[in-house]
Amino acid sequence: MSVLVYTESEGGKFKKGAFEVASYAKGIADMLGTSVTAVSVNGGDSNELGAYGVDKVLEVKNDKLNTFNAKAYADVVKQAAEKEGAKVVIVSSSADSKFMAPLLAVHLNAGYATNVVALPQSASPFTVKRTAFTNKAFNITEISTDIKVIGLSNNAFGLKENSGAASAEAFEPSLSDADFGVNVTSVDKATDKVSIADADIVVSGGRGLKGPENWGMIEDLAEVLGAATACSKPVSDMGWRPHGEHVGQTGKPVATNLYIAIGVSGAIQHLAGINASKVKVVINNDPEAPFFKAADYGIVGDAFEVVPKLIEKLKEFKANNA
Amino acid sequence: MKILVCISHVPDTTSKINFTDGDTKFDTNGVQFVINPNDEFGLTRAMWFKEKQGASVDVVNVGGAETEPTLRKALAIGADNAIRVNAEATDGFFVAKQLAKVAQDGGYDLVIAGRESIDYNGGMVPGMLAALIEANFINTCIGLEIEGDTATAIREIDGGKETSTAKLPLVIGGQKGLVEESDLRIPNMRGIMMARKKPLSVVEPVDTTAETKAVQFEKPAPKGDVKLVSPDNVQELIDLLHNEAKAI
Repeated sequence: MSVLVYTESEGGKFKKGAFEVASYAKGIADMLGTSVTAVSVNGGDSNELGAYGVDKVLEVKNDKLNTFNAKAYADVVKQAAEKEGAKVVIVSSSADSKFMAPLLAVHLNAGYATNVVALPQSASPFTVKRTAFTNKAFNITEISTDIKVIGLSNNAFGLKENSGAASAEAFEPSLSDADFGVNVTSVDKATDKVSIADADIVVSGGRGLKGPENWGMIEDLAEVLGAATACSKPVSDMGWRPHGEHVGQTGKPVATNLYIAIGVSGAIQHLAGINASKVKVVINNDPEAPFFKAADYGIVGDAFEVVPKLIEKLKEFKANNA
Repeated sequence: MKILVCISHVPDTTSKINFTDGDTKFDTNGVQFVINPNDEFGLTRAMWFKEKQGASVDVVNVGGAETEPTLRKALAIGADNAIRVNAEATDGFFVAKQLAKVAQDGGYDLVIAGRESIDYNGGMVPGMLAALIEANFINTCIGLEIEGDTATAIREIDGGKETSTAKLPLVIGGQKGLVEESDLRIPNMRGIMMARKKPLSVVEPVDTTAETKAVQFEKPAPKGDVKLVSPDNVQELIDLLHNEAKAI
């Protein structure tokens, strides 16, 4: 038996999230006194995974899997788990992993806990801490099945480097036509922009910005910081910004290192969605805005004056700290 | 086309969350319950299929009698029939098993569930249900068209979207984007009156065991006060973020 981790890649390179789930898998393997096996699909350099504690990588190379397909990928990970006799399978909280993991859990007869934020509290009974009520609470969940699937919350565990090396082994799972019932016909993805899910910093704008024509400074600030842009629910409902940018309870969850909210009042649904972020900054001209109660740092002031100054000073800072 | 929409009965998005019985149970005291928002977007899209393509729309919930007002609301919005599986929704797998039985018995072409409920945020019921009934599955769905026996769906991915096609039967994990917020319907008096006469059948659960159990709840640690910086001194904010928070 070993701990199996599904390490995601894109364009032949491992995603940052892959190293985080690998780090987490190593932590569980140490608890259970076992090793870590990763399964990668058309993935990157397996040695990179060794640096985060992976002992062995099952490398799947298959052109039919160039585009993500939840059912086929679930079948791959299931066969890898069976081959390794894995009792614990770790996946990330990316859109693709959250799509795949419920299928995997059913096929493995495994209990599945999502949004897990820490190593298991105990191995027997097997209990994990996860977020619930959209970050308004945590719950301790016991998984009672023989095999467990854990979905790790983004940015919850961090990267833990390890001095080990990973051995690579070609793995050829058998796939059937039934795995390809859903056919992807087109993918529309901005390759020049960092996504909210992968970003270390997110800059978010709210109704206080008065109109979509004023988003230039949000984008400029994001660019200086290498951040993703986001928005509040009213902003996306009014069509000022695309839905994909809406963060909050019914939008995307954000668990980033730094979240900067500009002209966002901080409705309870918005705060819930971004609460897992580590450092929160608010810029708002209303000192009574609820966001000030949730933030670590704040500026009470007019965004149209503060943000351009901030961009200018950040450019200086970046130039001096490059 | 026969559509089944799965409805979770969840605390209103503005609810304050508290726990009781030594932090082992969600405290429902004073909490208003609503149709899970992700389910409501799906229900509204189902109404479009009913009106434009002559689909029939049933709604289903796994829960006790206290969840019936939420099902009645779905009927008032326009669903034709409601089914309540008479069991406590103990975990995602248990719920998926119950829904799978209802979906199979009813021979539905399309099953729409929200991508996750806003209470436990499990996000696993639609996928597990699809796996159990061996139907095609598309998660985080933000656009859906059906022609004949083929669906074209848009899925939200990290940093973009993707279009795919699949044959029915199909299970959808829906969310905002399936319809717009402004398309959501508030039941009118006529709808509410009609909903009282629409069938709401109660079925007993199939025998299955939950795989997970929420044994304890905790609230996040209280936050310290915000550190305010003068709008005339943004350099101080940069210094704090760099030296103190180590965030830049």
